Formats: sequence, C-alpha cells, structure tokens
Amino acid sequence: MDQFIQLTVDALTLGSVYALIALGYTLVYGVLKLLNFAHGDVFMVGSFIGFGVLQVLGGTSDPVVPVWLLIVLITGAAMAGCAGLGVVIERFAYRPLRDAPRIAPLISALGVSFFLSNSMQLLFGATPRNYNTFDLSNGALYLKGLDIGNVRVPLLRIVTILSAFALMVALWFLVNRTRTGKAMRATSYDREAAAMMGIDIDRVIVFTFVLGSALAGAAGVMFALRVPTNVSIGFIAGLKGFTAAVIGGIGSIPGAMAGGLILGFAEAYSQGYISTKWSDLIVFSILIGFMIFRPQGLLGRADIRKV
Amino acid sequence: MSDSTPHGSRVPAEGPAVGQDEWVARHAERRLMRGGVLGSVEERLRRVPWWAWLVLFVAAFSLLPVFEGSGYVRRVAFDTVLYMLLALGLNVVVGWGGLLDLGYVAFYGIGAYAYALLDSDKFGVHLPSLVAVPLIVVIGAVAGLLLGLPSRRLSGDYLAIVTLFFLQLFQTITTNGDSMFGHNVTGGPNGILNVDPFHLFGHDLAVQHGGVFAVSYLYVALGFFVVVFVALRFVNHSRTGRAWRSLREDPLAAEAMGMPVNWLKLMSFSFGAAVAAFTGTIYAALAASVFPLTFYFVLLITVYTMVILGGSGSQAGVVAGALIVSPLLEMLRDGSKSRVIFFVILVAALALAALRSRTLAIVALATIAFGFVVHAVCGAIDSSWIAGEHGGGFAGFTDHWVVAPEHLARWIAPVSYIGVICATLLVTVARGRLRLVLLVPTIYLAAFVWENVMLAKPEPTRFIVLGLILIALMILRPNGLLGERRVEII
Repeated sequence: MDQFIQLTVDALTLGSVYALIALGYTLVYGVLKLLNFAHGDVFMVGSFIGFGVLQVLGGTSDPVVPVWLLIVLITGAAMAGCAGLGVVIERFAYRPLRDAPRIAPLISALGVSFFLSNSMQLLFGATPRNYNTFDLSNGALYLKGLDIGNVRVPLLRIVTILSAFALMVALWFLVNRTRTGKAMRATSYDREAAAMMGIDIDRVIVFTFVLGSALAGAAGVMFALRVPTNVSIGFIAGLKGFTAAVIGGIGSIPGAMAGGLILGFAEAYSQGYISTKWSDLIVFSILIGFMIFRPQGLLGRADIRKV
Repeated sequence: MSDSTPHGSRVPAEGPAVGQDEWVARHAERRLMRGGVLGSVEERLRRVPWWAWLVLFVAAFSLLPVFEGSGYVRRVAFDTVLYMLLALGLNVVVGWGGLLDLGYVAFYGIGAYAYALLDSDKFGVHLPSLVAVPLIVVIGAVAGLLLGLPSRRLSGDYLAIVTLFFLQLFQTITTNGDSMFGHNVTGGPNGILNVDPFHLFGHDLAVQHGGVFAVSYLYVALGFFVVVFVALRFVNHSRTGRAWRSLREDPLAAEAMGMPVNWLKLMSFSFGAAVAAFTGTIYAALAASVFPLTFYFVLLITVYTMVILGGSGSQAGVVAGALIVSPLLEMLRDGSKSRVIFFVILVAALALAALRSRTLAIVALATIAFGFVVHAVCGAIDSSWIAGEHGGGFAGFTDHWVVAPEHLARWIAPVSYIGVICATLLVTVARGRLRLVLLVPTIYLAAFVWENVMLAKPEPTRFIVLGLILIALMILRPNGLLGERRVEII
C-alpha cells in the first residue's frame, strides 16, 4: 500500500511534467499541423535558464530572496526565455516553410532540435547541472509535507503537481474563455477560413508558440527541481511528451493532459512493479495499442480527409 | 517553339515504353535546351546512360587506394561507402515512399547485431557469410514489415513518432539486453566483441593488413553498393516504383485509383530496412564489435542530412550527399582542417558574391578591411587580445585578420555565439542597404566564433553544422542538390 501511494505520487509528478510538454506539442499541432520536434530541446533550454537564474540569485544554499519567490523567479525566467526561443524558432525555421510539403517543416524541426542540443553542449558542456534543491531552507521542501498513511509526500512534490495543474487550468481558460483563445481555436479548425474572418494568423501562431514554449520552460524547471538536468534530456523528454500528446489525441488540450498523466502512471507503476529497465517497452506497447485501436487518440477527433 | 529559334533546340525523344504515359515520356522534348557549347555538352552528358556513370564512379572510387596508401583515408572512404548505402536505403522510404521514418538506423543496428550474434564467439555460432548476410537481409525486411504493420494507417506525423519510439526501444533492448530473462543476449552497454570478419570462399577477409586498413573491405562495400544501387534502380523503374511516387505525391488519389496504399507503404519500409540491415552486416564485420550507442539519433540525423542535401528521391543525389557530408564531418574532427574549410568557404562565398554584383563586391572588400581594422585596434589596446593560437590559414593571412585572445573570458563564448545567431537572423530579416551593412560585422563575428569558440570543441561543432545544413536546405532548396522540386497537391 505504501509503495502504491509512493508510486502514485511519482506518477502524478512525472505525469504533470509530461502533460506540460505534451500541451506544447498539441497546441502547435492544433494550429500548424506540425510536430515540433524541437520542443523537447526547448524544455531542456528551460531547465538551463532556470539553473542560470538560480546561480545569479545566489544558488540554493544561500539565496538572496525568500524560497517561494526564488522558485517563482526561476520558473518565470525559464518561461519567458523559452517563449522567446519559441518565437524565434517559429519565425526563422517554420514560417518560411508554411506552404511547403508537409515533410519539409518536420525535417527543419529535426535540424532545429539537433542544433539546439549541440549548441547548448558547445556553450555549457555535457556535465549535469544540479539545482541542489535539498539545500533550500535546510531540506524543508523534502522533510516537511503531507502524510498519507505511512508515506510523507514532500512539499516540493506537492508544489510541483499543484503548479502544473494551475498552469493547465490557466491554459484551459485562456483557450476557451478569451478572444485570443477563440482565434486559436478558429485557426486550428480551418486556417484559411479563419484568415478570411479577419483573424491575424501570424499573430495567433506566434502566440501559440509563446504558450507552448512557456509551458515547456515551466516543465523544464519542474523537472530539474527533482533531478539534475543535462543537455541531452530534450530527446527523451520530447519523445515522451510527444507520445503523451498522441495517446491523448493530438490537437486536443484535455487529451494532452490525460495522455501525460496516463504516461506518468504507466511509467511509474511499471517501474515500481515490473522493471525499471523495461518501462520504455511498456509505454511503447501502449502507444502501439492506441495506434491500432484508436489512432485518433483518447479525446481526439477522427481525421476526415478532404480532397 | 520551333527548331529555328536562336536560343535552343529540342531534344529528340524515342517513343514511350510500355506502361508509360506519352505526355510524361515526351516531357524532355518540350524542354528548352541551353544553346551554344554549354548546351551541346549538357546534351551529350544527358545521353550518357546511367550505368556508365555508375561504372565510372565505382572505378574512380576503387582506384583511390592505389593513389592513397594511408589507412586513415581508406577507412574514411569505406565509411563513406557505408553512408552511401544507408542513404540509398533511406531514400527508398523518404524519397520514394514519402514516409518520415525516424527509426531507420535501428534497422542498421538490427543488421549489425544480427551479424554479431550469428558470427561471433558470443554464442559460438559462426555461420558462413554467404548464409548469414542474405538471412540478415530477410530479417531486416521482416523487421521493417513488423514495424510498418501498426503504422500502416498512419500518415507522416504519427509514423514519425512510432518509428522514433522504435529507435528508442532498440536502444533500450540492446542496452538492457545483458539480462534478458536471465540471459546475456546483447552484452548491454559493453556490446558484443570479437565479431568475425567476413568469410568468403574459404578466406577470412582481414580488417588489418600489415597494420594498415585492408582495402578488401572497401571493395566488398563497393560491391554491396553496386548491388543495392542497381537493384533499387530497377525497383524504382518498375510498377512498384511508379506506384510509390504516386503514393508520395497524393496518397488519397493513389488510393482512389485502386492502389494498395498500405501494402506499398509496407513495401517501402521493408526495402529501406533490408538495405539498412545489409549495410549493418558489413559494418559489424569490419568494426568487429557492436555497441548500442552507434545506432542512435546522431547517426539518424547524419544520414538524413545526406539524403536531404543530395536531394531525396534521386539516387545519384543521395550518393552525392553522402560523398559531401561524410568527408566534411571527418574533416571537422580536426581543428586545423576545419579552420581551413571555414576560410575556404568564406573566401569562395565572398569571391562568388563579388562576381555577381558590384554592391556585393564592396561588401566583400569591406569585410576584409573590417577584419584588419578590428585586429589592429584590438592589438593596439591590449596585445594579449590577439596573442591567441592561430592556424595560419592562407599563408598566415588570417593571423592578421581574426582576433584571437590569449585567454577567452568565460562570458565571451556564450555572448559571441548567441550574438552571431542573432546577427544572422537579423540579416535574414533586414532589407536593402541595412542588410548589406549588417552583413559585414556578421561575417566577421562568425569567423571570430568559429576560430575561438567552435574549433575548440569539434564534437558539438560537427553536429551544429549538420543541424544548420538541414534548416538552411529546407528553407532555401528543399529539393537538395540533385533532387527535383516536388509539387504537392493539397
């Protein structure tokens, strides 16, 4: 039972990070019908921006600001930095290819991904960067927390999960309850018709990249608060986020959240009960299962091809 | 247009072959040829049959070891042939089938691992090469079919994710295969060692000959290359090849015309996988060992760059892509060579630009002058700023041009690198005179970064170059060097 609770907490943490990454994929796919391979690397850059700002603010052992503000600041900086990066990538790598054959932006995205991870390695090396969050207020984030049965859920986990969900709720409101969100939905439904209705497509697409990349930046910091980050995490994180988006139904926002959580649960439980090594295999089987039996994903619409 | 036009003449065409559309067959006839000497040379070259080019190319390649005795050069040549094979295989899937297969190198790995398991001391199996290699080709083709099966209904993006995950899975299985149900199957991260060399007609093909890389493997690889090239060319000119092209251009229309779309997709997957597995065997036999990380994302991007650079869809194109990228990557390993490459490309670009228009000539001259001025000013302020190590490119000419500080402060690398990216992006959006003015410092900054930041770390630099080639090609020339521009009907 204790192990079950522990694994569930792990699953939620992991799942919320995956869900945030998946949201970036799904948002961009929704408006551009493009799988943004570089998204995983934006996530990685986010974790590095967080690390840099953390060092500027004095590191975890001797921060110059209160702990809560520190976490808010590094997350905010990572979100802002990644949003900027996302805009630049869109402007220079994808916009010129908007009317090219479908495979062209995908290959460009592969190039951007490769360029980003190797540029980071050139500048910062391959050594892992550890946030050392245990040093924050003498380990209070780990030692204090919520007791469920015999298991103590550390404060850091609770904060991570709650803030991830807060971000998702905020995104849901933004997309469903604001004018810009309406424009995004219209663009994703039919880009040409939306343009004819007077929606500035370029602005909507840029805004989508801002949202998606900012979420990736937040996810990067959340990830790095728990485990050390390095320049090559982008590939696996991107792959998992991507899978989560597909499982949930690519293009669907609640789908991405559900997909992320499913993936988190599948991975945590399979690591806990079956084997750490083979959890990728189990996730892959789930993906293949979805591909065969429900290719449109959990909450996605079946694609109708028009001639 | 009549034959008497001063600028050109028509190409006489033979009648269409069976199974060909007349309008398509005569498309060359409708094309206007270039006039003058150039035109007649072009015309002559066009009439040389494809097999003559192939013979010429292979003959030239196989003469290389005669002129160049160093084992290193031979090894690079061998690697290049392997890359050409890999590019040919990927071209089937991407160029002809139009499917984005990101798990391609996993099949290469499957071939290599299969060979290692069937011909090594690992399980004491030593199949003769003439049995093992065809068997592995079949294994590769079947593996391709199996991966294709769940993906058959999927279009581009979904296929990309399934295949990319497949690559990841291949990594997981080979890295953790040292305790698979209690057995050590793949040797885990340590791989499989002591793989047999090829054993043909009662002889072992030794990898080393008197301490130098033996040429025999180069010739075996070239033989593989000819077989694969010719076989794929026949496939491409068969019914299947034409069906692939129609599938690529418009899957929906192809389906409506009664083509077995799913089966065609599976076929192209399977062909690509078989070629990759085939190539894997010779790699394993030569390297005498296999490790999981050889078959990963980096190799995937490298092969993709070759196919895209050469022009996906064109066999000659992807071979050319491999011929360019493979030696380029090899030279970028070495600081002094990559310095020369950079300046050669820079000077060539400046010279070409200068030839094209007078404004660009001024920009070229301004860039050169700018460098000397900056160098002189920096030297006057603090001599340690220019005291760094120089390569002496162009007879020491560049030593007085690029600033190279003795000690690089830690902030310089990120700031200048990010600066050169921003400057380049600015140049691409700026218009008119501003663009020309911005171009000068951008080129100089790029030279500075290359000399001081990137040369010190060849490993990421090589791959940054690959990534840049991919992005730039997609934007500037998506059809590559020799590929034909595709028309997509939406």
